[in-house]
Amino acid sequence: MQLEKKPCLTGVGLTKTFGMGRTKTVAVDHVDFTFYEGEIVSIVGESGSGKTTLAKLLLGLINETEGSVEFLGKKRDISSGKKKQEYWKSIQAIFQDPFSSYNIFNKIDAVLLDCIHMRGGKNLPQAKKVELMIEACKFVNLKFEELTNKYPFELSGGQMQRLMIARIFLLKPKILIADEPTSMIDACSRATILDYLIQLRNEIGMTLIFITHDIGLAYYVSDTVYIMERGKIVERGSADDVILRPRAAYTKRLISDVPKIYEEWDLSTV
Amino acid sequence: MGKVMLEVRDLTTKYITRFREDVYAVDHVSLKVEEGKSLGIAGESGCGKSTLALSLMGYYFPPLYYTSGDIIIDGRNISGMNPDDVRRSILGTEIAYIPQAAMNALNPTQKVIHFVEDVIQAHNPKATKKEIYELASERFHLLGLPPEVLQKYPVELSGGMKQRTVIAVSVILGPKVLIADEPSSALDVTSQKMVIKMLRDLMESGLIKSMIFITHELPLLYNVTDHIMVMYAGQIVEHGAASEAVFDPLHPYSKGLMGSIIVPEAGLREHKLTAVPGVPPNLKKPPSGCRFAERCKYVRPECRGAAVNIREGGVGRTYRCILTESELREVYKNAA
Repeated sequence: MQLEKKPCLTGVGLTKTFGMGRTKTVAVDHVDFTFYEGEIVSIVGESGSGKTTLAKLLLGLINETEGSVEFLGKKRDISSGKKKQEYWKSIQAIFQDPFSSYNIFNKIDAVLLDCIHMRGGKNLPQAKKVELMIEACKFVNLKFEELTNKYPFELSGGQMQRLMIARIFLLKPKILIADEPTSMIDACSRATILDYLIQLRNEIGMTLIFITHDIGLAYYVSDTVYIMERGKIVERGSADDVILRPRAAYTKRLISDVPKIYEEWDLSTV
Repeated sequence: MGKVMLEVRDLTTKYITRFREDVYAVDHVSLKVEEGKSLGIAGESGCGKSTLALSLMGYYFPPLYYTSGDIIIDGRNISGMNPDDVRRSILGTEIAYIPQAAMNALNPTQKVIHFVEDVIQAHNPKATKKEIYELASERFHLLGLPPEVLQKYPVELSGGMKQRTVIAVSVILGPKVLIADEPSSALDVTSQKMVIKMLRDLMESGLIKSMIFITHELPLLYNVTDHIMVMYAGQIVEHGAASEAVFDPLHPYSKGLMGSIIVPEAGLREHKLTAVPGVPPNLKKPPSGCRFAERCKYVRPECRGAAVNIREGGVGRTYRCILTESELREVYKNAA
């Protein structure tokens, strides 16, 4: 599809430690990576492997202890509040729990309207704004007429997560970090959310960083897979390479722990 | 054919809301589990899986009420029994139940052994502490849990360890039926595998005679159970052998469910996943015809008429659709 891959986000020796002395914990340990534009990257690991800390570092929510991040070829500068605001215009996130991601006092249309305003649509006529919101809702198969005048708690988890994707559709960020976006969702609606995310990437060409503990999900959505164990990246490569021909012992274990349906699931290795 | 351990005939139970509305969460469900077999129940959240599990125990508390039907455990009808009698003579020895968040079932202020003593003494007040300890440590050893766990407080155990402890204690009296309601959904994949291995060991060693396993994770269900039952809006829509239900589903809802399976195996990326759009119907006012009609891709006008009955399809296989097996296969072939 793309002839030349342009690096979008690069990390060199990225490290984050918590605590001091005896309680010192290295959550992310000298991690190097290059995420290219328009690519879907999965970061897979068990709980406690540092996936979410890495996501927070990428988002600039916490500061790195060591190392640096390059954004679009330049060193990322988020030293002041203003620069952070600027950075967040190009990077967005979807979290695990959609219920805690909304302001419960704002109605649904206010949430979407906010996104339009953030993208410089403040002076658009009202009709145009509504049109944009309808388009965004249509993208995730929600009916805008049914959502207006509703509060977030009136929606189901799946609907909220879809609305979250509608927000991203309006914001059109360069990078989207999705941290376990489907773990609170039923297996049957999970496929829909994943398909919207893939479709969104195809449509607006953003880089999607997908964080999950489920190696099956990672295999389904991503082009490139990074496997994290205790803060270190132990394996990386194309999805087919990593999942079908794993090299690291940790990756092999992760794959063998997931139930299979086409092959025999070996239970003796526990 | 083995001995039937659990038989349920036309069980209907309801919730009564505070506005005096009846919600039939389990609607004319019939099933049979033979000795040494396990039955899986699949379906999305809110379809009545957990209510069915509670109803099977015969343990009813408001707002859940028993309406009609029979629950027969090893030849003994327990439907309509008083909850106190159920607790004394059924739970533990006939039926054991593992709830979803089993880790919260342990009292944080008491050691695990105390919990075991409670369970055994409730059924056999004469058992001495020494006997109980010996039985418990032998059983824990058999199930791959270190006996030291007995002397620990629940907070000292990891989530997976707590879950396995609860399972080991619930089956200590050798129940005829074990009902496991999403026993591994709160665990990571490694602990999940340990729990599954334990359940399989329990079945193989004969410590439990039969099992009902509830989850919405189909790959898991396929690996644990012999038969799978798919529930939708309080009714059974499909029942068949595990491999049939997963690889060759008949009902359009099961077809949709099976299409949403995600496993890290070759071939996943090639075929497109199918999800079931929409939400289940409100059971306060269930639709008169097929309950799945609103979400069905292959819906026909006849679907919305009268209630749809269960049909036979092959050996030991049933499904709930107005179309015959050959008609369904034709529809799927044309759609593909």
